[in-house]
Amino acid sequence: MSATSYGWLVLAFPLVGMLICAFGYRRLPGHSAGWIGSLAILLSFVASILMLLELESRPEDQRELVDAAFTYVHSAGINVDVSILVDPLSVFMCLVVSGVSFLIHVYSVSYMDGDEGFVRYFAYLNYFVFSMLLLVLAANFVVLIVGWAFVGAASYLLISFWYRRTTATRAGIKAFVINVIGDVGLVIGAFLLFDATGELDFAGVFGAADNVFTTNDGPLVAACLMLLVGAFAKSAQLPLHTWLPDAMEGPTPVSSLIHAATMVTAGVYLIARTHRLFELAPLAADIGAIIGTATLLFAATVALVVTDLKRVIAYSTISQIGYMVLGVSAAAYGAGLFHLMTHAFFKALLFMGAGSVIGAMAGNQSLDRMGGFRKAMPFTFVTFTAGALALAGFPLFSGFFSKDEVLAYTLHRGGGFVALAVIGYLAAGLTAFYAFRMVFRVFFRAPVPEARALEHGHPRHGEPHNPTTGEPEDPHVGFDGTEHHNAESSWPMKAAMGPLAVLAVIGGYIGIPGLTDTLEHFLEPTFADSRFADSKPSDGAEYIGLGVGALIAITAIAAAALVFLRRRELRLVVRERFDAVHTLLFRKWYFDEAYNAAVVRPMAAFGRFARNVIETRFVQETIVGGAVGLVRAGSSVARSVQSGYLRAYAALLVVGVTALGVYFLITSAG
Amino acid sequence: MDVSWFLVLSAFIFGIGAAGVLSRRNPLVVLLCLELMLNGANLALVAFARMHGDGGGQIFALIVMVIAACEVAVGLGIIVAIFRRRLPVDVDELSNLRG
Amino acid sequence: MWFQQVMFFVAGIGALGGAVGVVALRNPFYSVLALVAHLVCLAVLFLLLQAEFLAAAQVVVYAGAVMVLYVFVVAYVGGSDEPLRPEGGALRVLGPLFAFVLVAELCIALLGSSLSLIDSQGGDVPARFGTPAEIGSLLLQKFLVSFEAASYLLLVAAVGAVVLARRRRGLEEDETSGLSTEAGGQPKGAPAAAKSAGGAGTVRPSGMSATSSRLRPEAPGGNH
Repeated sequence: MSATSYGWLVLAFPLVGMLICAFGYRRLPGHSAGWIGSLAILLSFVASILMLLELESRPEDQRELVDAAFTYVHSAGINVDVSILVDPLSVFMCLVVSGVSFLIHVYSVSYMDGDEGFVRYFAYLNYFVFSMLLLVLAANFVVLIVGWAFVGAASYLLISFWYRRTTATRAGIKAFVINVIGDVGLVIGAFLLFDATGELDFAGVFGAADNVFTTNDGPLVAACLMLLVGAFAKSAQLPLHTWLPDAMEGPTPVSSLIHAATMVTAGVYLIARTHRLFELAPLAADIGAIIGTATLLFAATVALVVTDLKRVIAYSTISQIGYMVLGVSAAAYGAGLFHLMTHAFFKALLFMGAGSVIGAMAGNQSLDRMGGFRKAMPFTFVTFTAGALALAGFPLFSGFFSKDEVLAYTLHRGGGFVALAVIGYLAAGLTAFYAFRMVFRVFFRAPVPEARALEHGHPRHGEPHNPTTGEPEDPHVGFDGTEHHNAESSWPMKAAMGPLAVLAVIGGYIGIPGLTDTLEHFLEPTFADSRFADSKPSDGAEYIGLGVGALIAITAIAAAALVFLRRRELRLVVRERFDAVHTLLFRKWYFDEAYNAAVVRPMAAFGRFARNVIETRFVQETIVGGAVGLVRAGSSVARSVQSGYLRAYAALLVVGVTALGVYFLITSAG
Repeated sequence: MDVSWFLVLSAFIFGIGAAGVLSRRNPLVVLLCLELMLNGANLALVAFARMHGDGGGQIFALIVMVIAACEVAVGLGIIVAIFRRRLPVDVDELSNLRG
Repeated sequence: MWFQQVMFFVAGIGALGGAVGVVALRNPFYSVLALVAHLVCLAVLFLLLQAEFLAAAQVVVYAGAVMVLYVFVVAYVGGSDEPLRPEGGALRVLGPLFAFVLVAELCIALLGSSLSLIDSQGGDVPARFGTPAEIGSLLLQKFLVSFEAASYLLLVAAVGAVVLARRRRGLEEDETSGLSTEAGGQPKGAPAAAKSAGGAGTVRPSGMSATSSRLRPEAPGGNH
């Protein structure tokens, strides 16, 4: 079989799994839906590996295969096939997506056990994986946009999965609205490109772009900025990031899969996929790099103070995606995608660990209520710490190599990129600090009652209330009843976290500078046409970067240990000394408030105005009421004539005849 | 006698009938007043027939008499039916058609 | 000539007086009698206008048959005076006013018209003008269609009068329940009676049937 055939199989398995789960909603007993869903993704992963092997067996210059399933539109100058593109980039994405997805499916079988929507959940999850794979395999903008919108829909469905929670449905709506802003941006970008090149296929657009556009051509920059809008909305970059922290209302595996490992990296993938355009429009690429840097710094500062465990990781995700965007915008495609992969490993792992802790806390997510879980949950502690080390960029862990490669490439570009790289190193220190703030506050210090109970094998049961707002709610939604699942008690969660922990540790070894540039080498055919393809930092420069990164990470971890373990009063001192800064960070730089004031409130006010004034006064009272009043007045006049009195009718007749006679008299006299 | 005398007389008979129709409330009397109006018209028709020396006017008057007879038959039938159903024999009381 | 003028004024005053009597008299019975007088006077006027057949028909059919029908109905309905409620409404004043305006207008229209023959006795007419033979030939030749239409109209009116004046089952319970119930008068209406509400109103009083059967032959008879 050819690589493209495997590509179609990669798409087919999740689709079939979704259909089975969706239509077998009432018939699938027990955990079978979960295992069917997991098997579908496993088969998809296997197909991805076969696709990889098939691709590897081909010569390097023939590793870009396009296969069309059928013609979608073929008229009026528009040629669109439903086609997939199999090249190193898409195969790489397929591997990451299907691999991580499979582990998270397995994890979910335990985590969602006992939930009323178990089967629905796996239908959604398979649907998401299908959509994501469609997105990365798309060979033209039309299929890309379809996959793009599909993952947005899947994200919405899964954020609002516990649909009786008002906070969850609100978060889902928020995510969907912002994602649609991105969708519109992407569509407009595709239109602009089609307008200029007359093509929608990636190959056609990129091929024509070189001839049609000059460097920094106005329409091209506009199109690239529109693509960036799409990428930023999906990847939660400034200023379209506000939906991602709220998306943590969904089940934790969903946060792990969609809002950490895969979907939110779609923007990075998009920039990498359209790198030919961004290289023709360096202005747009620079804007992307600047925004990525701003985002990574901003999110890292917010993650320092947020007390909700999942939201800390969410802001960490935003920050790490900022690194990836910086990387791919600075033409460090291999580095950016390398970080995408390692991030998928350790961030999924961190979310799984957080899910395990939250299970032990019976749904409570506040860092202030946690502590001392080290003894109660040794497996979770070890794996979570591995993930945190990888996130912090601790030497020899995966994030260490990938993050520093991004920064080294950025430094190598010189000019303004040096400033961006410096900010990146600064934020790396913050990253290490907040990563270990989580570790220390969750696992160290005196055990909380929940941890003590768990040490004795008695998991605590939560009250049926919303962990965010505290309001009571339906116990069948979002609560797993008498069973509480954490990594210590259920093997599927362990089975999922174990491999990810290993990958979080060793995942970086495929990209050690000078030794194993495996990933970079593998991706080379895709980015061979980049004008920066040969512009690489020397191994020596990279090793200097690694050293600096290691130093920063170790220092920051030590600082975290000082503040959160040894001198805990320091934390309060600092907080009081910089109260204004703390409030600013704790309020997440007032982004939500600003959007409320700038967009939501005016829209709501306009809506009220439309309802109260336009609808009520104008439409109802003037148009509708006026028509009614007119008819009523006219008919009441007509009705008054219909008195029912015979003599009145006769009088009318006589008067009418008389009037007619007078008329004729007058006309004949004249 | 000049024809105009007859015509004026017919106008007066017609007017008296109309006044009766408008002011009387007993349906029987209303029917009688209608007869008056028809007769006024008949007189005018016959006078015109004489004026023109054309027999058609008389035929017209004859047909009007036929119409009057029909109207009387139906009208009186209605009055009898009203009376039978113990409804008031008064055109003002029978105002169910009020809009 | 003077004879015709005298006759015109006598008959005209009689017709006007009859008409005023019809409208003004309180008792409907007297109104009917006034109308009879009016019709007779009108027949005289027809004679003056050389409409002999029409005058005869007026007296025989109208004053004779139709008025008899009126008298019967007045007798049946009870020729009560004007109803209990006093005459009210603006029409008591306005009605005659409208009528007066109408008369004035008609007079203006008639006298103001520039008809050449209006101030004469009329054109010369043949001797057979207005005779039954003349009317008959006109009816059966020139106006045959109108004649047939009028005959159908009469037929319809006769049937309509019968249907209207007919006694309908189930509608007049309280009327019949007050009268004597005869066992023999309850024949073929049993199934329909079961359907009607109450069921008490199925008995047909023979006296009332007599009234309506007296009416029925009269109605068509009076028209011919």
